[in-house]
Amino acid sequence: MKLFDKVSFLFRITSTHDIARRYFVVNGFDGALTMLGLIIGFLVSAPAELSVIISACLGAAIALTMSGLSSAYVSESAERQLALSKLEEAMASDLQDSAHGEAARRVPLIIALVNGLAPLIISLIILIPLWLAKAGIPMPVSPLYIAIAMALLLIFLLGVFLGNISGVSWLRSGIQTLLVAVLTMALIYLFAG
Amino acid sequence: MASVKRVILDVLKPHQPNALEFCQAIAKGGSDYRVELTVLEVDENTETVQVKVEGSAIDFEAIQSIINDMGGSLHSIDEVEVQSGADDG
Repeated sequence: MKLFDKVSFLFRITSTHDIARRYFVVNGFDGALTMLGLIIGFLVSAPAELSVIISACLGAAIALTMSGLSSAYVSESAERQLALSKLEEAMASDLQDSAHGEAARRVPLIIALVNGLAPLIISLIILIPLWLAKAGIPMPVSPLYIAIAMALLLIFLLGVFLGNISGVSWLRSGIQTLLVAVLTMALIYLFAG
Repeated sequence: MASVKRVILDVLKPHQPNALEFCQAIAKGGSDYRVELTVLEVDENTETVQVKVEGSAIDFEAIQSIINDMGGSLHSIDEVEVQSGADDG
Protein backbone atom coordinates (compact mmCIF):
# COMPACT_ATOMS: atom_id res chain seq x y z
CA MET A 1 0.00 0.00 0.00
CA LYS A 2 1.42 3.38 -0.98
CA LEU A 3 2.19 5.81 1.85
CA PHE A 4 -0.60 8.25 0.94
CA ASP A 5 -3.15 5.42 0.62
CA LYS A 6 -1.99 3.98 3.92
CA VAL A 7 -2.31 7.31 5.75
CA SER A 8 -5.70 7.88 4.13
CA PHE A 9 -6.82 4.38 5.22
CA LEU A 10 -5.68 4.95 8.83
CA PHE A 11 -7.46 8.34 8.91
CA ARG A 12 -10.59 6.75 7.45
CA ILE A 13 -10.88 3.88 9.92
CA THR A 14 -10.37 6.27 12.85
CA SER A 15 -12.53 9.05 11.32
CA THR A 16 -9.74 11.57 11.93
CA HIS A 17 -9.51 13.33 8.54
CA ASP A 18 -11.27 16.35 9.93
CA ILE A 19 -9.10 16.47 13.06
CA ALA A 20 -5.87 16.67 11.01
CA ARG A 21 -7.42 19.32 8.77
CA ARG A 22 -8.60 21.32 11.77
CA TYR A 23 -5.17 21.14 13.41
CA PHE A 24 -3.54 22.28 10.16
CA VAL A 25 -5.75 25.35 9.93
CA VAL A 26 -5.71 26.22 13.64
CA ASN A 27 -1.96 25.94 14.11
CA GLY A 28 -1.18 27.35 10.67
CA PHE A 29 -3.26 30.37 11.66
CA ASP A 30 -1.33 30.52 14.96
CA GLY A 31 1.96 30.54 13.07
CA ALA A 32 0.88 33.28 10.66
CA LEU A 33 -0.59 35.51 13.40
CA THR A 34 2.46 35.03 15.63
CA MET A 35 4.81 36.06 12.83
CA LEU A 36 2.55 39.00 12.00
CA GLY A 37 2.56 40.09 15.64
CA LEU A 38 6.32 39.78 15.99
CA ILE A 39 7.08 41.65 12.78
CA ILE A 40 4.68 44.48 13.63
CA GLY A 41 6.18 44.57 17.12
CA PHE A 42 9.59 45.12 15.53
CA LEU A 43 8.14 47.75 13.17
CA VAL A 44 6.69 49.87 15.98
CA SER A 45 9.71 49.53 18.27
CA ALA A 46 13.26 50.88 17.91
CA PRO A 47 14.88 49.74 14.64
CA ALA A 48 16.53 46.35 15.00
CA GLU A 49 19.02 44.41 12.92
CA LEU A 50 17.43 42.12 10.34
CA SER A 51 19.34 39.18 11.81
CA VAL A 52 17.81 39.89 15.25
CA ILE A 53 14.30 39.97 13.77
CA ILE A 54 14.90 36.72 11.86
CA SER A 55 16.30 35.00 14.97
CA ALA A 56 13.36 36.13 17.12
CA CYS A 57 10.81 35.00 14.50
CA LEU A 58 12.61 31.71 13.94
CA GLY A 59 12.71 31.12 17.69
CA ALA A 60 8.97 31.67 17.93
CA ALA A 61 8.35 29.41 14.90
CA ILE A 62 10.42 26.58 16.41
CA ALA A 63 8.65 26.99 19.76
CA LEU A 64 5.25 26.83 17.99
CA THR A 65 6.38 23.71 16.13
CA MET A 66 7.50 21.94 19.30
CA SER A 67 4.36 23.00 21.11
CA GLY A 68 2.22 21.77 18.20
CA LEU A 69 4.07 18.45 17.94
CA SER A 70 4.00 17.63 21.64
CA SER A 71 0.51 18.85 22.52
CA ALA A 72 -1.15 17.11 19.55
CA TYR A 73 0.76 13.88 20.14
CA VAL A 74 -0.11 13.71 23.83
CA SER A 75 -3.78 14.55 23.37
CA GLU A 76 -4.32 12.44 20.24
CA SER A 77 -2.52 9.43 21.76
CA ALA A 78 -4.89 9.53 24.69
CA GLU A 79 -7.92 9.92 22.39
CA ARG A 80 -6.88 7.08 20.06
CA GLN A 81 -6.10 4.74 22.96
CA LEU A 82 -9.49 5.48 24.50
CA ALA A 83 -11.24 4.83 21.18
CA LEU A 84 -9.27 1.59 20.72
CA SER A 85 -10.15 0.41 24.23
CA LYS A 86 -13.85 1.05 23.57
CA LEU A 87 -13.66 -0.86 20.30
CA GLU A 88 -11.78 -3.74 21.95
CA GLU A 89 -14.49 -3.87 24.59
CA ALA A 90 -17.22 -3.99 21.91
CA MET A 91 -15.34 -6.62 19.92
CA ALA A 92 -14.33 -8.55 23.04
CA SER A 93 -10.89 -9.06 21.50
CA ASP A 94 -7.38 -7.62 21.45
CA LEU A 95 -6.99 -5.29 18.44
CA GLN A 96 -3.37 -4.22 19.01
CA ASP A 97 -2.15 -6.22 15.99
CA SER A 98 -4.99 -5.09 13.72
CA ALA A 99 -5.29 -2.02 11.51
CA HIS A 100 -7.07 -0.33 14.42
CA GLY A 101 -4.10 -0.95 16.73
CA GLU A 102 -1.73 0.38 14.08
CA ALA A 103 -3.96 3.43 13.60
CA ALA A 104 -3.99 4.09 17.36
CA ARG A 105 -0.17 4.16 17.30
CA ARG A 106 0.43 6.01 14.01
CA VAL A 107 -2.43 8.49 13.67
CA PRO A 108 -1.29 10.54 16.72
CA LEU A 109 2.19 10.79 15.15
CA ILE A 110 0.79 11.93 11.79
CA ILE A 111 -1.55 14.45 13.41
CA ALA A 112 1.32 15.73 15.59
CA LEU A 113 3.42 16.25 12.44
CA VAL A 114 0.57 18.15 10.76
CA ASN A 115 0.03 20.25 13.87
CA GLY A 116 3.73 20.97 14.30
CA LEU A 117 4.74 21.50 10.69
CA ALA A 118 1.81 23.77 9.74
CA PRO A 119 3.02 26.78 11.79
CA LEU A 120 6.66 26.08 10.88
CA ILE A 121 6.05 26.00 7.13
CA ILE A 122 3.80 29.07 7.23
CA SER A 123 6.30 30.96 9.40
CA LEU A 124 9.19 30.06 7.09
CA ILE A 125 7.24 31.30 4.06
CA ILE A 126 6.54 34.60 5.84
CA LEU A 127 10.22 34.98 6.71
CA ILE A 128 11.41 34.52 3.09
CA PRO A 129 11.50 38.31 2.34
CA LEU A 130 13.65 38.87 5.46
CA TRP A 131 16.12 36.17 4.38
CA LEU A 132 16.25 37.54 0.84
CA ALA A 133 16.93 41.06 2.15
CA LYS A 134 19.62 39.73 4.48
CA ALA A 135 21.21 37.95 1.51
CA GLY A 136 21.50 41.35 -0.19
CA ILE A 137 18.64 41.04 -2.67
CA PRO A 138 17.18 44.54 -3.20
CA MET A 139 13.55 45.08 -2.22
CA PRO A 140 11.24 47.87 -3.44
CA VAL A 141 10.04 48.45 0.16
CA SER A 142 11.16 47.34 3.61
CA PRO A 143 11.23 43.49 3.81
CA LEU A 144 9.16 43.78 6.99
CA TYR A 145 6.26 45.22 4.97
CA ILE A 146 6.59 42.45 2.39
CA ALA A 147 6.62 39.85 5.19
CA ILE A 148 3.45 41.44 6.61
CA ALA A 149 1.80 41.28 3.18
CA MET A 150 2.89 37.64 2.91
CA ALA A 151 1.37 36.87 6.34
CA LEU A 152 -1.90 38.58 5.38
CA LEU A 153 -2.02 36.65 2.10
CA LEU A 154 -1.47 33.31 3.89
CA ILE A 155 -4.12 34.14 6.50
CA PHE A 156 -6.52 35.01 3.67
CA LEU A 157 -5.68 31.70 1.92
CA LEU A 158 -6.32 29.74 5.14
CA GLY A 159 -9.74 31.40 5.23
CA VAL A 160 -10.31 30.43 1.59
CA PHE A 161 -9.37 26.84 2.45
CA LEU A 162 -11.88 26.87 5.34
CA GLY A 163 -14.53 28.30 3.02
CA ASN A 164 -13.95 25.50 0.53
CA ILE A 165 -14.29 22.87 3.26
CA SER A 166 -17.46 24.31 4.76
CA GLY A 167 -19.02 25.08 1.39
CA VAL A 168 -19.55 28.79 2.16
CA SER A 169 -18.25 31.58 -0.05
CA TRP A 170 -14.44 31.40 -0.22
CA LEU A 171 -14.25 35.18 -0.48
CA ARG A 172 -16.37 35.73 2.61
CA SER A 173 -14.38 33.17 4.59
CA GLY A 174 -11.07 34.64 3.42
CA ILE A 175 -12.16 38.16 4.35
CA GLN A 176 -13.32 36.94 7.78
CA THR A 177 -9.88 35.52 8.64
CA LEU A 178 -8.24 38.61 7.15
CA LEU A 179 -10.35 40.81 9.46
CA VAL A 180 -9.00 38.86 12.45
CA ALA A 181 -5.48 39.64 11.25
CA VAL A 182 -6.31 43.33 10.75
CA LEU A 183 -7.84 43.48 14.23
CA THR A 184 -4.68 41.87 15.64
CA MET A 185 -2.55 44.49 13.88
CA ALA A 186 -4.75 47.29 15.22
CA LEU A 187 -4.46 45.93 18.78
CA ILE A 188 -0.68 45.70 18.51
CA TYR A 189 -0.47 49.28 17.23
CA LEU A 190 -2.81 50.38 20.02
CA PHE A 191 -0.93 48.74 22.87
CA ALA A 192 2.64 48.56 21.59
CA GLY A 193 2.80 51.46 19.12
CA MET B 1 -5.03 -32.57 -2.34
CA ALA B 2 -8.48 -31.22 -1.50
CA SER B 3 -9.19 -27.62 -2.47
CA VAL B 4 -11.57 -25.34 -0.62
CA LYS B 5 -13.93 -23.88 -3.22
CA ARG B 6 -16.35 -21.94 -1.05
CA VAL B 7 -16.69 -20.82 2.56
CA ILE B 8 -19.40 -18.86 4.31
CA LEU B 9 -18.15 -17.14 7.46
CA ASP B 10 -19.88 -15.38 10.30
CA VAL B 11 -17.73 -12.38 11.25
CA LEU B 12 -17.97 -9.62 13.86
CA LYS B 13 -16.25 -6.46 12.64
CA PRO B 14 -15.95 -2.77 13.58
CA HIS B 15 -17.88 -0.33 11.32
CA GLN B 16 -14.55 0.70 9.81
CA PRO B 17 -13.09 -0.50 7.46
CA ASN B 18 -16.48 -0.47 5.74
CA ALA B 19 -17.99 -3.47 3.95
CA LEU B 20 -16.49 -2.51 0.60
CA GLU B 21 -12.93 -2.17 1.92
CA PHE B 22 -13.37 -5.32 3.98
CA CYS B 23 -14.39 -7.32 0.89
CA GLN B 24 -11.64 -5.81 -1.24
CA ALA B 25 -9.01 -6.76 1.34
CA ILE B 26 -10.25 -10.36 1.39
CA ALA B 27 -10.48 -10.50 -2.42
CA LYS B 28 -6.84 -9.40 -2.65
CA GLY B 29 -5.91 -12.51 -0.66
CA GLY B 30 -6.26 -14.68 -3.78
CA SER B 31 -6.00 -14.40 -7.54
CA ASP B 32 -9.59 -15.42 -8.34
CA TYR B 33 -11.58 -14.82 -5.18
CA ARG B 34 -15.19 -13.75 -5.46
CA VAL B 35 -16.39 -12.21 -2.19
CA GLU B 36 -19.91 -11.41 -1.08
CA LEU B 37 -20.76 -9.70 2.18
CA THR B 38 -24.15 -9.41 3.84
CA VAL B 39 -24.67 -7.27 6.93
CA LEU B 40 -26.76 -9.25 9.40
CA GLU B 41 -26.79 -6.98 12.42
CA VAL B 42 -25.56 -3.49 13.29
CA ASP B 43 -24.64 -2.37 16.81
CA GLU B 44 -23.22 0.90 18.12
CA ASN B 45 -19.57 0.04 17.41
CA THR B 46 -19.71 -3.26 15.55
CA GLU B 47 -21.59 -5.18 12.90
CA THR B 48 -22.13 -8.87 12.32
CA VAL B 49 -21.59 -9.82 8.69
CA GLN B 50 -21.78 -12.98 6.63
CA VAL B 51 -18.87 -13.29 4.23
CA LYS B 52 -19.03 -15.70 1.32
CA VAL B 53 -15.74 -16.41 -0.45
CA GLU B 54 -15.50 -18.46 -3.64
CA GLY B 55 -12.34 -19.42 -5.49
CA SER B 56 -10.47 -22.28 -7.12
CA ALA B 57 -8.28 -22.86 -4.05
CA ILE B 58 -9.16 -20.76 -1.02
CA ASP B 59 -6.39 -20.20 1.53
CA PHE B 60 -8.49 -20.17 4.68
CA GLU B 61 -5.61 -19.23 7.02
CA ALA B 62 -4.81 -16.20 4.87
CA ILE B 63 -8.47 -15.10 4.89
CA GLN B 64 -8.62 -15.44 8.66
CA SER B 65 -5.44 -13.39 8.96
CA ILE B 66 -6.89 -10.63 6.71
CA ILE B 67 -10.08 -10.55 8.79
CA ASN B 68 -8.01 -10.15 11.96
CA ASP B 69 -5.84 -7.46 10.35
CA MET B 70 -8.99 -5.48 9.54
CA GLY B 71 -10.02 -5.72 13.19
CA GLY B 72 -12.63 -8.41 12.60
CA SER B 73 -13.21 -11.58 14.53
CA LEU B 74 -14.25 -14.88 12.95
CA HIS B 75 -17.17 -16.29 14.91
CA SER B 76 -18.02 -19.39 12.92
CA ILE B 77 -17.64 -21.22 9.63
CA ASP B 78 -21.22 -21.67 8.49
CA GLU B 79 -20.72 -23.46 5.17
CA VAL B 80 -17.79 -25.06 3.38
CA GLU B 81 -17.41 -26.61 -0.06
CA VAL B 82 -14.30 -28.70 -0.65
CA GLN B 83 -13.33 -30.58 -3.80
CA SER B 84 -10.81 -33.40 -3.89
CA GLY B 85 -8.07 -33.38 -6.50
CA ALA B 86 -7.05 -36.19 -8.90
CA ASP B 87 -4.22 -37.33 -6.60
CA ASP B 88 -6.56 -37.87 -3.60
CA GLY B 89 -7.13 -41.47 -2.76
